[in-house]
Amino acid sequence: MESIVNQSDSLRRIQRRLLFMRLCVVFIFAVLLIRVWYIQIVKGEEYALLAEQNRVRMVYLKPPRGLIYDRHHNLLANNIPSFNLYVVLNDVGDKERLVDDLSGLIHVNVDDMRGIIESHQRSRFPVKLKEGLTLKQAAAIESNLAQLPGVVIQAETERSYPQGNVAAHVIGYVGEVSAQGLKKDEFQNLVPGSVVGKYGVELQYDQIVRGSVGQKTIEVDARGHEQRVIRIKEPIPGDNLYLTIDLPLQRFAEDLLGDLAGVIVALDPRNGDVLVLASHPTFDSNSLTRGLTVSRWDKIRNDPRKPMTNRATQGHYPPGSVFKIVMAAAGLESGYISSSTSVECNGSFRMGNRVFKDWRKEGHGFVDLHKGLVHSCDIYFYTLGRELGIDQIAHYAEWFGLGSRTGIDLPVENPGILPSREWKENTIGQPWYPGETISVAIGQGYVTVTPLQMAVLVGTIANNGVQYQPRLLKQIRKRDEGIDVALEPSRLSTLELQDETLLALQSALRDVVVRGTGRRAQLQNVAVSGKTGTAQVVSLDKIIDGDEVPQSLRDHSWFVAYAPSDAPEIAISVIVEHMGHGGAVAAPMARKVIEKYLYADRNVALP
Amino acid sequence: MNDNISKAGLWEVQEWDFGLPVIILIIASFGVISIYSASQDVAGNVGWAPLYLKQIIWLVIGSLAFLVASSYDYHRLAKYAYLFYAISLILLVVVLLEGKSTRGAQRWLALGSFSFQPSEVAKVALVMMLARYFSTHSSAGLINRIIIPAVLMFPGFLLIILQPDLGTGLTYFFVFLIIVLFVGSSIKGLIFGVFGILMLLPLLWKNLWIPLRGYQKERILAFLDPTLDPMGMGYQAIQSKIAIGSGQLSGKGLDGATQSQLHFLPDGYTDFAFAVFAEQWGFLGVAALLFLYYLLFMTMIRIGERARDSLGVVLVIGVTALLGFCLVVNIGMTVGLLPIVGIPLPLMSYGGTTMVMTLAALGLTLNVKRRRVLG
Repeated sequence: MESIVNQSDSLRRIQRRLLFMRLCVVFIFAVLLIRVWYIQIVKGEEYALLAEQNRVRMVYLKPPRGLIYDRHHNLLANNIPSFNLYVVLNDVGDKERLVDDLSGLIHVNVDDMRGIIESHQRSRFPVKLKEGLTLKQAAAIESNLAQLPGVVIQAETERSYPQGNVAAHVIGYVGEVSAQGLKKDEFQNLVPGSVVGKYGVELQYDQIVRGSVGQKTIEVDARGHEQRVIRIKEPIPGDNLYLTIDLPLQRFAEDLLGDLAGVIVALDPRNGDVLVLASHPTFDSNSLTRGLTVSRWDKIRNDPRKPMTNRATQGHYPPGSVFKIVMAAAGLESGYISSSTSVECNGSFRMGNRVFKDWRKEGHGFVDLHKGLVHSCDIYFYTLGRELGIDQIAHYAEWFGLGSRTGIDLPVENPGILPSREWKENTIGQPWYPGETISVAIGQGYVTVTPLQMAVLVGTIANNGVQYQPRLLKQIRKRDEGIDVALEPSRLSTLELQDETLLALQSALRDVVVRGTGRRAQLQNVAVSGKTGTAQVVSLDKIIDGDEVPQSLRDHSWFVAYAPSDAPEIAISVIVEHMGHGGAVAAPMARKVIEKYLYADRNVALP
Repeated sequence: MNDNISKAGLWEVQEWDFGLPVIILIIASFGVISIYSASQDVAGNVGWAPLYLKQIIWLVIGSLAFLVASSYDYHRLAKYAYLFYAISLILLVVVLLEGKSTRGAQRWLALGSFSFQPSEVAKVALVMMLARYFSTHSSAGLINRIIIPAVLMFPGFLLIILQPDLGTGLTYFFVFLIIVLFVGSSIKGLIFGVFGILMLLPLLWKNLWIPLRGYQKERILAFLDPTLDPMGMGYQAIQSKIAIGSGQLSGKGLDGATQSQLHFLPDGYTDFAFAVFAEQWGFLGVAALLFLYYLLFMTMIRIGERARDSLGVVLVIGVTALLGFCLVVNIGMTVGLLPIVGIPLPLMSYGGTTMVMTLAALGLTLNVKRRRVLG
């Protein structure tokens, strides 16, 4: 019994102690409740916001770029669907593992991927790891998405150029906007990864073609994968462009040039529409738009043949004898000569102690303006040049737009050089020597032009002195409004040439083709007018015999023309580098383009 | 005394109590709902049944354990206390030798297609063993009251720490400490002990733990418990608070609980069940849940206060300490008051062995109540 009493005493002792336990429980639950109250009630809104930031994410929706067509609605620049692999680096715990996992699923260059991840460590935006996944690759990743935190496959559009390298210099190419570019004002509505035009029409009309970026607010899970869409503002696609380019003719012209370096530019002189703008060697817009590597880019950029240069607008060439058109106009308009003024050509011309030679050793005998142009007599124009002086020449050449940009709607254009006393003083810092005028008189020496300027020049003669700004954009289709906006051709100026001057020039250019240096441009059913030219690559004195000169020092072959002579519809300028006399190489090319254009246009069978 | 008990019969019900089972059932139901909503498309949610369904099955099995533990006379059960404890020690040895190694710790014994955690069994066995010890050794003295119990407790503690399992080890040691303080020590010892623990914990926390650098904490915790993801711990702590806080007053509901539904909060169905619940039900829900737990503990303490004998009271103290420690550490960690230690929330976190052993322990408590009339 004693043990029971003892035991119950000790039992009651222990049971009294349970009061402490009660106190502890009260204390603990009070602490926990206060803590939860603090988190949920006092700080609740703060945490609710954090929860919201966890789950809600904004995704930019890139708009499809406007499509680019030629004048016949042939597609020049298209959008094709592309599955791109993005990753939000914030959501990725183990980046090495991500690379491993991805390389296990699809074929990727592991080092490239590491490099991309390394260079975008701090990016808040999704980083593009790989573009152009195949459907199979995209499916492989989609089905393993649960194990790939932060990975997102975006179905986007990608620029594609169905014509390959045809008209590449006109159409241009696109690329991702650079980090520095993003800071510029004109790129304000862009986001990282946005595609912008980098060259050609793509660059020139980027603002029109670009469209505007949309936004999607989505709910994501902890792996960054989309659960549902909360809000969406669809992207607005860019507007479509219709160019003045005539794709079949462009392709035809490029085939003519083939592997040669040179330019064919064809305009409609009545409105300035650029039908053909072919510059060779050329590049493939597709390869510059997609998967361009640094080494490849360097290779293209450092190619000695300079495929990236648009020779039609950037090429500086001496106009050679084509410049005689300008000289003739200057002589007539200034009143120094009339169409009957003649000069005796015996093959050489003395100026001080220098002797300038005619291209024809034996000379042309008595030559008037008409004959001078038709047979391209140098002595006639040396004489005229000496009479006019460089500043008069420059004055009239300026009428035709030489020495200034034509204003074609391309991002880069060179004005060429129209020398004068003032020009030489300012740029070289030397006085003008009279002998230099003689070189300029036949389109050599300091004077340089672009092939486009020459096409505009001959087009102006064809169009009776009315000069249009060459243009590539004919029409815009506003996609959101569904309307077409046709652009009016813009008249640059109307040259105040006297009728006699125009007549004299036009009949001489016609006879160049009929019986002069440009006979190879002759067509059976259509009257063609034109002018040959030979642009010397090295200075006059050093020319020895054509055939012994290495290829790179040989003359460029020029031919400018328009047709039909009585009612011109096409003006063309052709230059082929290092191919010698213009009549031999350039003139047949011009003829073929004219033939193709006029017969295709009229749908008449060739004779 | 034994005669009196045998008169009552082993299975005879003296006093049935609906309060305890009802509270338990409500809390466990909340747990199932939280698991249901937090384990959608979770990797572990595959297999023969979704996790919430498995939890329900464990709940049913646990209820059977509860019935048995509350009905079969605890004095008879206590006779096997040393045997239970010995078996649990053997299991702990077996798990060290043969256990399944997951994330660097060996805690699971595979039994066919399912696996169980011997350390969960050991905690309850420890309570029973100590209750048995103190009810049969009433003599005073340091050796009898503290040293011998410590020696008995130590092998289990060591085996658990060796797994390693910091959370369960701490729980195990805490249960021992509380029983010794309440049963074995003098009143002064109790007062100093209890207030000492209450005061010392925050002090140690502030002065020893907080000043450590992040990587030091990570290394220590990774050493003690390699299953914790040290890189993710800061993340988990933040996401847990965001989940709880964003619940605000009335909660976001089952569908709107984005933190757990979208898996920003990892382990929502196990260690962070409380955070999931708080996000869904808000402060009102949390207050209700805490009140239920409060009622549970107060009911248990009341049973202890009115227990017929010291075996009963020690059992109740042990179970209360066991569940109380888990609750405090678990909720304390989810609300950012305590470091992240892998200790489940009793009755709510997913886990078969835990659920069955928790219900068995609670059944023992009810058993004590049901047999006090005979005193």
